[in-house]
Amino acid sequence: MKPIFGRGPSLPIRLALAVVASLVLIIADSRYHSFTEAKVYLNSLVSPLQYVANSPRLLLDSASTQLMSRQSLLAQSQRMEQELFLLRDDLLRLRHLSQENQRLRDLLGSPVRFDTRRMVAEIMAVDTDPFSHQVVIDKGSLVGVFEGQPVLNEQGVVGQVISVGKTTSRVLLITDTSHGIPVRVARNDIRAIASGSGQLDRLLLHNITRNTDIREGDVLLSSGLAGRFPEGYPVGRVSRVGYEEGQPFADIRVQPFAALDRVRYLLLLWPEPQIIDVDDAVPSPAAEGAAH
Amino acid sequence: MRTFSLKGRLVIGTSLLLALILSILPLPELIAPFRPDWLLVTLIYWTIALPHRANVGTAFFSGLMLDLLLGSVLGVHALALVIPVYLAAAQFQRMRNYSVWQQAFVVGALAILNKLLVFWAAYVNRDIQLDYHYFWSIVSSMVFWPWIFLLLRKCRRQFALS
Repeated sequence: MKPIFGRGPSLPIRLALAVVASLVLIIADSRYHSFTEAKVYLNSLVSPLQYVANSPRLLLDSASTQLMSRQSLLAQSQRMEQELFLLRDDLLRLRHLSQENQRLRDLLGSPVRFDTRRMVAEIMAVDTDPFSHQVVIDKGSLVGVFEGQPVLNEQGVVGQVISVGKTTSRVLLITDTSHGIPVRVARNDIRAIASGSGQLDRLLLHNITRNTDIREGDVLLSSGLAGRFPEGYPVGRVSRVGYEEGQPFADIRVQPFAALDRVRYLLLLWPEPQIIDVDDAVPSPAAEGAAH
Repeated sequence: MRTFSLKGRLVIGTSLLLALILSILPLPELIAPFRPDWLLVTLIYWTIALPHRANVGTAFFSGLMLDLLLGSVLGVHALALVIPVYLAAAQFQRMRNYSVWQQAFVVGALAILNKLLVFWAAYVNRDIQLDYHYFWSIVSSMVFWPWIFLLLRKCRRQFALS
């Protein structure tokens, strides 16, 4: 019989080396985030596997589009045309309002806000770590995705990018236990932080005193205070306000607007790079590049 | 001799890549908790069959790949795979003499160890919500072991690896 482990160190030594190496990696990655740049390359290295795992769904999707009947396609296109018509009408009003808003801001001397760059990304059907709420999307650093980038969908805030590869990136959802987002109540501008609860349909507001004026049904918007999420996007609706006798703080639960368990398309947002002063006649090239 | 060893690496590498893809392939909600630990089971087979080719080092690097694919903290799955694979490698002669069904129970025990290590590493890092569905995959790993064993053995004989 062949000598086993003829070359190299013996088995227990290999084990010790591997265990020490993994512990060092765990500590370096979780405590010091040492691999931010290396991870771009490592993520790109494994992204082919993610594309392969995603391919069965792509096949099924294309098959189902092929098999759609002519009648249902016609009905769908008619419905979409009507929807587009209504949205165009809204857009006309929006354009007028934003012009007016700009002019009023000019009058007040407050900084003018620019439109931000946006891009649609699709969620890839791959499984992720069982202990955190993440999704993988099909856009990466090649189109300018960056770590900490806000991610939305048409219903509200979804999360933020936590790691980037060349063609894929990973989004941490707002319901993850390690996530918090600064919000304000739309009714009375009370500020709070909505932290994830680990359940896909619930956020929690911690450290809110019992007499604070927050009621069931209040709408929470992102407050833009941390500088990561832009201001004014809907986050969720207060679903329960309760308190127990003897507890200093109220128990407030929030239902996110975005149905996080069935999102498919996401919107990546490039927030305005800097706020331009009105006195500046010429906006900086960076701001112009972002104002598409 | 060199081409021979190259062939062995190719076969083992391909089977591990397939196992990695299977571990991130999306499954319907209903059966998702029952997904076997493909990577662990494949690694255990190669460790028992060819311990001089696949052992702790292989487990470490495929664990890192799994970490990157799942987006968990780098090193968690590496650690959780290295220790069960070490146990299998240290006892490979005894494991070979067991019947396939007895082996399935050993694989189940190693899968429990793997799951607990992943859970523990996540637990010390952050507060998490544990769902008891998390442990169903241990049962499915045991049930799938005989078939994976037969399939990989067929592979090994087909390519005449030793």
